[in-house]
Amino acid sequence: MEIVILILVFLMIVSAIAALIFKDLMNAVIASCVVSLIAAVLFYFLQAPDVAMAEAAIGAALVTGIFVIAVKRTKRFEE
Amino acid sequence: MRKLISLILLVIIAGGIVLSLKEIPFGISKIKIGDYYIKKGIEETGATNIVTSVVVSYRGFDTLGEITILFTAAIGLSAVLGTYRKRKAGEKVEPPSFIVKTGCRFLFPILLLVGAYIFIHGHLTPGGGFQGGAIIASAFLLMYLGCEGKRINENTSIVVEVLGALTFIVLGIIGLTIGKDFLFNFLPKGEPNTLLSAGIIPVIYIAIGFKVGSELAGIIDHLIEKNQ
Repeated sequence: MEIVILILVFLMIVSAIAALIFKDLMNAVIASCVVSLIAAVLFYFLQAPDVAMAEAAIGAALVTGIFVIAVKRTKRFEE
Repeated sequence: MRKLISLILLVIIAGGIVLSLKEIPFGISKIKIGDYYIKKGIEETGATNIVTSVVVSYRGFDTLGEITILFTAAIGLSAVLGTYRKRKAGEKVEPPSFIVKTGCRFLFPILLLVGAYIFIHGHLTPGGGFQGGAIIASAFLLMYLGCEGKRINENTSIVVEVLGALTFIVLGIIGLTIGKDFLFNFLPKGEPNTLLSAGIIPVIYIAIGFKVGSELAGIIDHLIEKNQ
């Protein structure tokens, strides 16, 4: 279980850095969605299912949708 | 120069966080109020999910503040985005692909059902009004993605939102008149672990679920409006 959590934390940090680096903002939005999703799984492992549910529903689904709409309405690529 | 200054500031902030969190022992119960909730929560409120009994019963007034914040944010967003709603001439919208269309139509009722289940069973299982409402709003997001031309009725969403908030406040005031404090649990508590238990907690959580769901769906509606 410890190893699984370590791998998840590592993946979370990697995708958080990737969200900062990507020049294509659509990819950056998906990377930040992965951060939220892994955070939800970690909350579940830490025995906080309520917070995990909120994180998955708001962080991974709604925020990603709103960011995709925002990127579509502005510029897709960062200079 | 600016980068150097921001780096130094970041290091100072990180050091402060590490120093302040170093002393706190995680996972050890040192807070008496937490023990009290775990031992007496089910007995006093009738809600099997202790988180719900804290959110709606012990700290119900904070939850009222939370939904007020959400309400203010939704009003601000509709004031900024709700005035202008004409598509520019010549702007084309790509129709959704077959897979997106079918998937969204298949998932939409299931997501609505899951959201409703989560907030109706908020006092028994993990989850509650906020989570269920967010899931319902993401169902409407899928509807906007997959079903072209369909949109929620703005007046209905406002009426549902206002009714949800009113139910919360009216229940609180009834508690104030019957009992001695705001949000006093005046309904019978029933037997724990059954659907009809915990007095006013499920009623309030269902109201919050409707309110949050219609509010977030309204926000998505306002955001997507110009796009279509």
